[in-house]
Amino acid sequence: MTTPLDRIFNVSLVGVGGQGILLTSDVLALAAMHAGLDVKKSEIHGMSQRGGSVISQVRFGAKVHSPIIPDGQSDVLVSFERTEALRWAHLAKPGAKILVNDMDRVPVTVSSGLQAPVQDIDRRLAAYPGLALIDANPLAIQAGNLRAANIVLLGALSVFVPFGAEHWQSALRERIPAKLLDVNLRAFAAGRAAAR
Amino acid sequence: MKKLLSANQAIAWAAYRAGCRVAAAYPGTPSTEILEHVAEFKGAIDCEWSVNEKVAMEIGVGASLAGVRALVAMKHVGLNVAMDPLMTFTYVGAIGGMVIVNADDPSMHSSQNEQDNRSLAKFAKCLLFEPADSQEAYDMVIAGFELSEKYQVPVIVRTTTRTAHTSTIVDIGSGERGEVPGIPYVKNAQRNVAVPAHGRLMRFAVEKRSAALRELTEASPFNRAEPGTGELGFVASGVAYQYVKEVFPEAPVFKVGLSCLPPIEKIRAFATGVKRLAVVEESDPVLAEQIRAAGIPVVEPQTELRMMELNPSRLAALRAELLGTPAPEAPKPETGIPVRPPVLCSGCSHRGPFHILSKLKATVCGDIGCYTLGSAPPLAAMDTCICMGAAIGAAIGMRKAGLPNKRIAAVMGDSTFFHSGMTGLLDVAYNKIPITVMVFDNRITAMTGHQENPGSGHTLLGEISTQVRVADVARAFGIQRVHEADPYDLAALEKIFVECLDSGEPAVVVVRGPCVLHEKWAGKFVNEVDAAKCTACGACFRIGCPAIVRGAAKDPAGKRFQSRIDPQFCTGCNLCAQVCKFGAISPAK
Repeated sequence: MTTPLDRIFNVSLVGVGGQGILLTSDVLALAAMHAGLDVKKSEIHGMSQRGGSVISQVRFGAKVHSPIIPDGQSDVLVSFERTEALRWAHLAKPGAKILVNDMDRVPVTVSSGLQAPVQDIDRRLAAYPGLALIDANPLAIQAGNLRAANIVLLGALSVFVPFGAEHWQSALRERIPAKLLDVNLRAFAAGRAAAR
Repeated sequence: MKKLLSANQAIAWAAYRAGCRVAAAYPGTPSTEILEHVAEFKGAIDCEWSVNEKVAMEIGVGASLAGVRALVAMKHVGLNVAMDPLMTFTYVGAIGGMVIVNADDPSMHSSQNEQDNRSLAKFAKCLLFEPADSQEAYDMVIAGFELSEKYQVPVIVRTTTRTAHTSTIVDIGSGERGEVPGIPYVKNAQRNVAVPAHGRLMRFAVEKRSAALRELTEASPFNRAEPGTGELGFVASGVAYQYVKEVFPEAPVFKVGLSCLPPIEKIRAFATGVKRLAVVEESDPVLAEQIRAAGIPVVEPQTELRMMELNPSRLAALRAELLGTPAPEAPKPETGIPVRPPVLCSGCSHRGPFHILSKLKATVCGDIGCYTLGSAPPLAAMDTCICMGAAIGAAIGMRKAGLPNKRIAAVMGDSTFFHSGMTGLLDVAYNKIPITVMVFDNRITAMTGHQENPGSGHTLLGEISTQVRVADVARAFGIQRVHEADPYDLAALEKIFVECLDSGEPAVVVVRGPCVLHEKWAGKFVNEVDAAKCTACGACFRIGCPAIVRGAAKDPAGKRFQSRIDPQFCTGCNLCAQVCKFGAISPAK
């Protein structure tokens, strides 16, 4: 079954190295392919294991040209922690959904006192009308493993992406190792419920 | 069969499909994954991590001259290392198809410079493919093997970080191995031995070949005009083509996929159909200069698009400029967001030696790898970093220049040492240079994602192999003062470093500790800070460990924060306890 999309749909996923961003965007891109769409998934991960900021972008539709999403054109921005949400908020369309894991990964430059922390982060995030904070970490623990927090966020994202449920399921089954599948399917369902 | 593949994966599939028999590479972002994926076809393709790019290129040369198809892969600065064999191989000419995948890095996401290697392809008179997505990378590698054999020319496929790491849908056909019979080897000195007498003959043959290549690029379906409307037309190559299609969807576009010698007559014909012709390419004006030199007027964009990676937002600004329309509005980035630079991991074996070098105020010539992060504050223990292996030569030069500071160290990792540090070390030994060469040996090529090397004891395919000890190499070179040291014992490290740096003779210290990410050593404990003893002096912050964070409480004077150790990140390496003069840090109960 194909999913008709008369325009390009853009998703930006941002966070910190080691949070599972690349796996999450893999599953999203596979689901788009299973839905019969053209898809491009672009990421910069040279320093990702060393605590750097990581960004992955997924675009899908009838025919996708640029792998990079123009600034201000993301239909959904998913951030795996709060500071990165603010750093990349300009990628989102005005009013677009901004899904944020309600946690902080403090940059080492801040924790060691070299840089000031973000001032007034609660108020500044709340200024975005599309903001939705997701308690992905506790939900992942409930599903069976904290490390599935990324798939909780994917579940939340799925509410705003026009694919049938079967494409999500098949993409998860293709990309997640069999022994971790049940935990991740529960995490995905929990994220979906949380975002509704 | 359709698959979602990065260009790096697609290139491996193409090598398999095209009957490639030999593949060699040295890891380098963004090209590294090519050989890792080729290794999945290990029964069909003989593949290896070479010690450096020059060796990889020479292996490709030998395989090609023996009549089989060969693929070599490297990042852009790796091609600098491999230029020597390439510049003469292009005279000798390929026999079995020879495809060189070269990955440029516009914006320097993981590199020290932004060189545009299309100029090197032109310099070497090769064929040059510029894929715009993974499907093209697949198709161009397969075509590259065929054209390389037909024209006896090395073929360079230039990816960029964006194309290499973008996944797009690729039709890989049946996905089956293509079997290509090798070309029987015939000994032919006049053809394959590049001495002056033969080289002069080859020189004429190269120009004859170039004339044929120009006809080829004029006729190639990889170079095509796509119709559109309006008086503004574009010439674009590589991923820049995608950005033009995104931002100027109505415009006529001439897509250059195969060049070196661009299809000038085809472009001339295309240019007659538009009033203005703009050339959009990433990074140097390689095509624009050749088109202009052929007498075809080219619009010179005012916007500075030559530096850093292109993207649709930057092209939107170009659109406003070329069409005289208002610049598009985009949301403004938030300000005051702390940067999140990459840092040495908690427990990293490089932290201790850099802490000591910083303490000893040594002049440190550094090199390329994770340990380059030792240049950043608070360690700030590096004076120079140029290219792979340069630490030793630079340190020799610093010493010869007569710096007042006689404590001069060259620092590099194990993989960099084997890549191009050994020749520098031999120079130190031979010329009796009183510097200390320090090899931070974590037994893996860490920065590019943990590839095996001659010190790790394993090959690309995971087979057990020789495990070269750096100290043995140094002794074999005749260096007398050679130490191996534990990176986690700061007092012992300092003693050895001082002894070597102040010895007035060549010295080598191999600091041996496995990469904490690779050999996940479960720490026996995690440390904690005793708030009753912590004076908030800040010494532990100055080792730059991501596990050491600001505590909630301040010192009694209320000026500085006490430290706290995040148990989630602490590995129990215990460096922090060694720098604390107040005994405030000890294993958590």
